Amino acid sequence: MKRFYWLLAAVLLGGLAWIWIGSKSSGTGTEWVAETKVPETKADSQFTGYVMGSDTAPVEVVEYADFECPICAAWGSVQFPVIKQQLIAAGKLRWRLRDFPLPPTTHLWSRLSAHAVACASEQGKAWEMIDALFAHHRMWSQRPENPEKLFRGWAQDLVGLDMAKYDACMATGRYRGRIQYSREEGEARQVRGTPTFFVNGREWTLRDVSSDAFQHVVDSILAQRRRR
Amino acid sequence: MRLRQAIALLSLVGFLVSLYLWLHALGVIGELKCGTGSCEVVQSSSYARVAGVPVALFGVVGYLALFVTALIGLQPSFLPKRNLSVLLAALATGGLLFTGYLTYLEAFVIHAWCRWCLGSAGIITVIWVAALAGVRQSDRPTVRP
Repeated sequence: MKRFYWLLAAVLLGGLAWIWIGSKSSGTGTEWVAETKVPETKADSQFTGYVMGSDTAPVEVVEYADFECPICAAWGSVQFPVIKQQLIAAGKLRWRLRDFPLPPTTHLWSRLSAHAVACASEQGKAWEMIDALFAHHRMWSQRPENPEKLFRGWAQDLVGLDMAKYDACMATGRYRGRIQYSREEGEARQVRGTPTFFVNGREWTLRDVSSDAFQHVVDSILAQRRRR
Repeated sequence: MRLRQAIALLSLVGFLVSLYLWLHALGVIGELKCGTGSCEVVQSSSYARVAGVPVALFGVVGYLALFVTALIGLQPSFLPKRNLSVLLAALATGGLLFTGYLTYLEAFVIHAWCRWCLGSAGIITVIWVAALAGVRQSDRPTVRP
């Protein structure tokens, strides 16, 4: 009988040691790189993007974006703040941002960055996290090093997230299915690159994607409505 | 006695497996060591939580209950007690049904397999068989010389 208790103690100690060693070895981040098929759930398909602006705004723009894409970052840092100030804050426009992670052949950390934003959105700070990612874009995009620690630092210092919740969210990868669903939804709408915009359901085909162009389009939609 | 020893040992192993998955769900452990399986897919699915509670926590509690019950049952004064055998069988049946549901989700809903979950399913199945055998054994009349 005594030998049996020794066996239990050995199994318990061996198991705990194995778990402890496992907790010390950090992941390489490779799980975020692959375009793995993640099964989507009902909740994933019900998520319709990060929304900014009034529910009653007469115009809605849906943007398909990849946070690692340099054009998205440049556009998001230069044009979007003006649109936010002139159109969204004025109640004329509602913005809906959808994930469209590009293939890992050119964008290694698209899904990781999309997931960091999703985890920030749990705490109501998706847009702040997007701002942080875009503001430091050169530090992490299109580089081989895993930027997970950089993201964590910005989440803590710039965005002010509850880090226990953020860490748990990132570790579980619970939004991978949602990001994949958004990508597939974009593909179904013939999205081929980022950023791609849809204004009230119609794809933006103009080459000019400046804030002035958006202002012009929104104003002309509003003028049309007034004439009816 | 051998059956209760087997249940205690197996439930300890099951407890460690569940603890590993639970710590992963809490974010303490980064990447699951999964080999060729799809642990991350299974663990990141919405089915990995019930009412916000990680499924692995149910495993931790369930295996711990089995382990403690089996250890109590190994004490000389509790060895002949049929009630403990029935309690072990009841706990094991609950665990088996829950595991059966989770395995069904892996096979037909998530379409991905986590080898730690399959390992746990194997463990609870063997525990269930041992627990039923324990009940049958305690049903037999004791022959005294």
